[in-house]
Amino acid sequence: MRPFSYERAESPAGAAAAVASRPGARFIAGGTNLLDLMKFQIETPTHLVDIRHLPLRAIEDTPDGGLRIGALVTNTELASHPRVKRDYGVVSRAIVAGATGQLRNKATTAGNILQRNRCPYFYETNLPCNKRAPGSGCSALGGVTRSLAVIGTSPHCIAQNPGDLAVALRVLDAGVETVGPDGSRRAIPVADFHRLPGDAPEIEVPLAPGELVTAVTLPKPLGGSHHYHKVRDRASYAFALVSVAAVLQRDGTGRVAFGGVAPRPWRVEAAEALLPRGPAAVVAAAFEGATPTADNAFKIPLAARTLALVSEEGRA
Amino acid sequence: MGSAVTTDIDRREVVAGAAAGLAAAALPAPAGAQAGGPLPPALPVSLTVNGEARRLVLDARVTLLDALREHLHLTGTKKGCDHGHCGACTVLVNGTRINACLSLAVMHEGDAVTTVEGLGRPGDLHPMQAAFLDHDAFQCGYCTPGQICSAVAMLDEIGRGVPSHATGDLTAPMVLGAGELRERMSGNICRCGAYSNIADAVAAVAGSTP
Repeated sequence: MRPFSYERAESPAGAAAAVASRPGARFIAGGTNLLDLMKFQIETPTHLVDIRHLPLRAIEDTPDGGLRIGALVTNTELASHPRVKRDYGVVSRAIVAGATGQLRNKATTAGNILQRNRCPYFYETNLPCNKRAPGSGCSALGGVTRSLAVIGTSPHCIAQNPGDLAVALRVLDAGVETVGPDGSRRAIPVADFHRLPGDAPEIEVPLAPGELVTAVTLPKPLGGSHHYHKVRDRASYAFALVSVAAVLQRDGTGRVAFGGVAPRPWRVEAAEALLPRGPAAVVAAAFEGATPTADNAFKIPLAARTLALVSEEGRA
Repeated sequence: MGSAVTTDIDRREVVAGAAAGLAAAALPAPAGAQAGGPLPPALPVSLTVNGEARRLVLDARVTLLDALREHLHLTGTKKGCDHGHCGACTVLVNGTRINACLSLAVMHEGDAVTTVEGLGRPGDLHPMQAAFLDHDAFQCGYCTPGQICSAVAMLDEIGRGVPSHATGDLTAPMVLGAGELRERMSGNICRCGAYSNIADAVAAVAGSTP
C-alpha cells in the first residue's frame, strides 16, 4: 500500500467535509473492497477518513411502512434482520448469495453498493483500463470477456457491476440517502445510482466529492414471493455470471432485475410487464439491443433459463 | 501438464486483447514507486487481544493480521492470500469472524480480538480445537487456525439466526445440515483437501450430522 494519513470522523457531515477538502481522501468503513484494491495499488488514497464509528448503524421503520437501513449496517446484520427476512426476502437472499461469512460480517450496506467492478483488466495494473487510468483504453475489448457485461456497455468499458445486493435493491425501487460537505441532504433513487459507462467509465456513481451515503431506504413491502437466484462458476463465494432478483405475485405479474450482465443492475420495467407471457418474452425484451461478445453471449439464454427456474419457484 | 498449458493459453489471450490499446496507454506508475515526502506519523491503537490489553503504535497501513503476527508475535493466525480469499487469517473481533488481512489495525481501537491462541491452550483446548485433533481435520495445518476460528463463530451465527445461501425458509429456526455447514465454511480454503474431516469435526461440536 502507498502511505496515507488517517483520521476518525466525528459526524457524517464532518466526514463529508474532511473528504471534500483533501484531494485523494477517501472514506473507509468495512474496507473489504478498498483495502484489497489498495494492496494492488489500484486505489491509492493519500488520506483515509474512518467512518466506522458514526451513528449510521440502525435499521428502523419509516412512516410509510418501509425501512431505513443505516449505511454502516453490515451485510450480515441486514440479511439477519427479522423484518428484512420476513418482508424483503430478496435482500437477505441476495446478500447471502455473495462473498463469505467473514466478509459479510465486515462489509457495510453503503460499501456494498459502492463496490468497484471485478473486470480482470481493472485488476491488472500493467494493462490499460479506462476505469483505473481514464483515457488509457479498454483492454477487455478483444480480450477475455466471459464474465463481462452484455448490455449497457460503451466502446470505453464493458465491465459489469458485480453486486448482488444492488440487484435486489433495484427490484424494490430502493433509495439512497446522502449528506454533503455543507450538511445538505438528498435522496437518489437506486435506479439512478449506478451509471452506465458512456465516455466516462471512471465515474460509477452520481456522488459529488465528499458526498457520503448515510442510508438506504426500502419502500413498503411488496408482498409476493421473493427470489434471488445466482448462477456462478462454483457453488459458493464467486461472482455472478447471471443472477435474477424477482418479486412475483400470485396473478403472474411481478418485478425482475438481472445481475452480472450490465454495468448496473439491469431492470427494464417494460420487459417485466411481460412476465405473464413467460420468461423468454421478458428476457427478449430486457436484452433488446444487447452487444455480447462471442465469449459471453451465453449469458442471455442463461438469463432466460434462470428466470424460468425462478418463475417455477414462484409457482411452487 | 494439461492445466499448465491451459493457463498459458489464457494468459496469452489476456495479453493479446490488450495489445491494441497498449501503445497509447497512460500506464500507472510502477508498483514500487512511492510518492516523495516523509511518511505520515505512526498512530496509537489500544485493543484487547485474547483478554489482554495491548497498546501499539503503528503505521496506518498495518493490517490487523500483521499487527497480530509481526507486532504481537501471535503467529497462530496465518497469512495465506492477504486478499480475503482464503480465510487463513480468520479471527474473532467482538465475537464475530472477519478476515484480519482486510482490516487496518488502527481501526480496531477498543475492540476485543480473539485468535486461535485465545480459544484454548495445550491441556485446556477449546472443544473445536479438540474436535479437529480427534477427527484428523487437517494435513499441513496452515489453514487450521482460520478454520477453527471460523467454525466457532459460524456456530454462534446459526444461534443468532444469521441466514446463509443454503437456508431454506429464512424465518424458520436455523438447522446446521450438511449443506449449511459447507456453505457457511466456504470462506476457508484447505489446499490439502481435508474438508470431509473438517466437516466431521465441526459437526461433532455442533451435535449435528455432517
